[in-house]
Amino acid sequence: MELSGNDWGGEDTGGSPDVPPQRAHLVVIGNGMAGCRAVEELLARDPARYRVTIFGAEPHVNYNRIMLSPVLAGEKTFEDIILNGQDWYRDNAIELVAGDPVVSIDRQARRVVSASGRAVDYDRLLIATGSDPFIIPVPGHMLDGVISFRDMADVDRMLAAADAGGDAVVIGGGLLGLEAAHGLTLRGMKVTVLHIMPTLMERQLDEAAGWLLKTALEARGQTILTGADTAEIVGESHVEGVRLKDGTLIPASLVVMAVGIRPNVRLAREAGLAIGRGIHVDDHMVTSDPAVLAVGECVEHQSIVYGLVAPLWDMCRALADGLVEQHSGYRGSVTSTKLKVAGLDVFSAGDFSGGDGAEDIVLRDAARGIYKRVVVKNDRIVGAVLYGDTADGGWYFDLLKRQEDIANLRDVLIFGQAFASGGGQADPKAAVAALSDTAEICGCNGVSKGQVVSCIAKGARSLDAVRAGCKASASCGSCTGLVESLLALTLGDQVEAGAKTMCKCTSFGHDDVRREIVAQGMRSIPEVMQKLHWSTPDGCSSCRPALNYYLLCALPGDYVDDQQSRFVNERMHANIQKDGTYSVVPRMWGGITSPRELRAIADVVEKFDAPMVKVTGGQRLDIFGIRKEDLPAVWADLNAAGMVSGHAYGKSLRTVKTCVGSEWCRFGTQDSTGLGIKIERMTWGSWMPHKFKIAVSGCPRNCAEATIKDFGVVCVDSGYELSVGGNGGMKVRATDFLCKVATEAEAMHHCAAFVQLYREEARYLERTAPWIERVGIAYIRERIAEDVEGRDALAARFLFSQSFSQDDPWSERVADDARQHAHMAEFRPEGAMA
Amino acid sequence: MTADWLDIGWLDQIPVRGSRTVPVTGGDEIAVFRTGDNQVFALVNRCPHKGGPLSQGIVHGHSVACPLHNWSIALATGTAQGADKGCTPTVPVKVVSGRVLLCRASALRAAA
Repeated sequence: MELSGNDWGGEDTGGSPDVPPQRAHLVVIGNGMAGCRAVEELLARDPARYRVTIFGAEPHVNYNRIMLSPVLAGEKTFEDIILNGQDWYRDNAIELVAGDPVVSIDRQARRVVSASGRAVDYDRLLIATGSDPFIIPVPGHMLDGVISFRDMADVDRMLAAADAGGDAVVIGGGLLGLEAAHGLTLRGMKVTVLHIMPTLMERQLDEAAGWLLKTALEARGQTILTGADTAEIVGESHVEGVRLKDGTLIPASLVVMAVGIRPNVRLAREAGLAIGRGIHVDDHMVTSDPAVLAVGECVEHQSIVYGLVAPLWDMCRALADGLVEQHSGYRGSVTSTKLKVAGLDVFSAGDFSGGDGAEDIVLRDAARGIYKRVVVKNDRIVGAVLYGDTADGGWYFDLLKRQEDIANLRDVLIFGQAFASGGGQADPKAAVAALSDTAEICGCNGVSKGQVVSCIAKGARSLDAVRAGCKASASCGSCTGLVESLLALTLGDQVEAGAKTMCKCTSFGHDDVRREIVAQGMRSIPEVMQKLHWSTPDGCSSCRPALNYYLLCALPGDYVDDQQSRFVNERMHANIQKDGTYSVVPRMWGGITSPRELRAIADVVEKFDAPMVKVTGGQRLDIFGIRKEDLPAVWADLNAAGMVSGHAYGKSLRTVKTCVGSEWCRFGTQDSTGLGIKIERMTWGSWMPHKFKIAVSGCPRNCAEATIKDFGVVCVDSGYELSVGGNGGMKVRATDFLCKVATEAEAMHHCAAFVQLYREEARYLERTAPWIERVGIAYIRERIAEDVEGRDALAARFLFSQSFSQDDPWSERVADDARQHAHMAEFRPEGAMA
Repeated sequence: MTADWLDIGWLDQIPVRGSRTVPVTGGDEIAVFRTGDNQVFALVNRCPHKGGPLSQGIVHGHSVACPLHNWSIALATGTAQGADKGCTPTVPVKVVSGRVLLCRASALRAAA
């Protein structure tokens, strides 16, 4: 029977031959990663077999718990980490009971009861209650301000604490604790990490890697105390500090307890199911009651309890097979951990504790911050620890799981797969081709190479299609390169390019890069490329100018502009023309000039033999045909007459076009020329995502064409009409009305705020017109016209930035020795014509 | 008797990921590039597409993007990358004791 998801929603009546027979009712306790994944696996096998109800304690749809850290760090929003949205529940006719946890199970009656008193009967019950954070019962652990790091509510509490500022103590130097510490540091808190063991993450890392990690975290401003034993948490009603057994008192307004988790078995125990450390399950995840299944961190399978996400996928597959009566039981999982702790790459797998017969192969490169250790026993890999460069983690893990004989590889094993497979040529495609079908590609979503390949075989032709089809690379994105290699390997040239990445050097889009720069406090182009895994040594002509701008915008007055990452026009402060000569446009404030300025321009034209002078569309004079080596002299002459650069070459404020307004015009209602000059004085010199034009018209006749400019002012009797997003270029677009204001000062204030919003949020080379069409004029109005505080803040940031940017590049370069413009040497061969 | 190599100046006169130019009397100007990894290349300063001054382009990796229409030219071979076709003559160049030396014969030949 072939039924699509929507055909069988609603109540079943049974009886009629057109209606499917009454389906068994599967009730799931737990709306987390395990519970929902089990349901997904079940739906993939037989969407018609069960009617499904899911109970969740949290008031949310299913989200990716391991991505809470990026939410805390401000790198992602809650929406970004949703695994299954409302439409998934609706489309699959799943009833979600969120925010109402199950409080008891009656196995005799096959019924569960929720906190609100809702009773639901089941045919099969699935317990996926996960685990609870472990709280050490030191004195003071019940104080206000002591929290765990387990769910979205904890993240909200940490964000609230960070807003208030101050000191935080994180107890626990495992993965969770370090991620909490990283997030809180990025949110501006002063963070101390207390770890009772001598090295951080001792279960995943050996001593050497732990030390590298500690050093790197300290370099980021965290205080890391190892061997630190907490005696008590002090405070009256709210936490005030943490006292160690050695007497040290660390002040804190927030304490995050992240010392471990334990299986949540309370419901199962009260229902009388067999329990060890977790709920006992067989190879099909069936508990001691055949009608009750359990999956995830709450279970114990063959005496093992798992606290990682990867085994969960294996369990869910076995469970779903059992539910549809296929036989392929769960056989336990070998686990590996590939982590990004505070932006640092860490990988560990298997047993790296050494011991009898175990041999270590170690590679250390302190300068590059790289440490690799592979533990070998009887020519088989039994464990691996990688720090700083985890690219080969999957390969080592694959060899480990397959118990491959590595005797022949031993000499080169530590140099990684590319080297070991010959030639040292790093061909990512060959590396991926060599992986087995069961090799894990995406750790976040538990997707193997075989699953990605089959998703491609079913028609996925792009990265986005793979993400949608099998979820590989859809979460943290660290496997994006692997997925792209698989696409290339499987499809050859048929891969559809994803339009969303910034350029071919990165898997991140513009918005992601901007957000990461701010979130991680990155300060230079090489740092961005390093941290965001650029695939090229120093980028390309697309990403470098964009990164230069994003850093300039994020760090006004602080970031040192990179000349070599600017397009030629901005580097030469003139426009390159088709013959390789340049044109020069001096600034004429508001379009007004004087005999002295005109004389200076005329002199330059004659002196440098410029073949043409033209009035531009923006009411300025453009001097054409200047040779590169003459540029400094041209600027010097124009500077001497008091003129500065018109920035006609830049992704920057170009011109403020005006009409004559009330001073001369019989229709003019306000001093549009005067306002235009004031606005140009305020905005000149500011770098933008793209060129930016402003106009001020003195009356609705609109002689300055203010309604096709990025920011337009039309003066009327009662004040000033402001409009934005106009473009007179290739695709003409009239502005959208922003709002009307009463005074010149307000018009200028709105202008400053709008320019800053555009500077901070548009993508590089995106003009205001497409930007506004993308985000919607309603959003712009909300930010500029309606949100008074937000507008003030934007305008203040703009003026602050302007305090650094209003230096005339011409005078700066004239003052310089203009070396870049001169030839390095000249070559006059003997006998050549001079 | 002329030397085989023409000394044009110190390496650090060329900005990293930048270039400087050397005009040749009676011939084509030569652009000398310095890459991010401190390697030096020399090409005739003319894009095979529409003659754009390559010296003014953005240097990335071992390529330069022409400032006129963004063609990407390999510095080592002078050939256009990707779908574009065309080649700019190259000039042998080396750095000895911090001084940049251009191959005299090739500079002349390129200029011819």
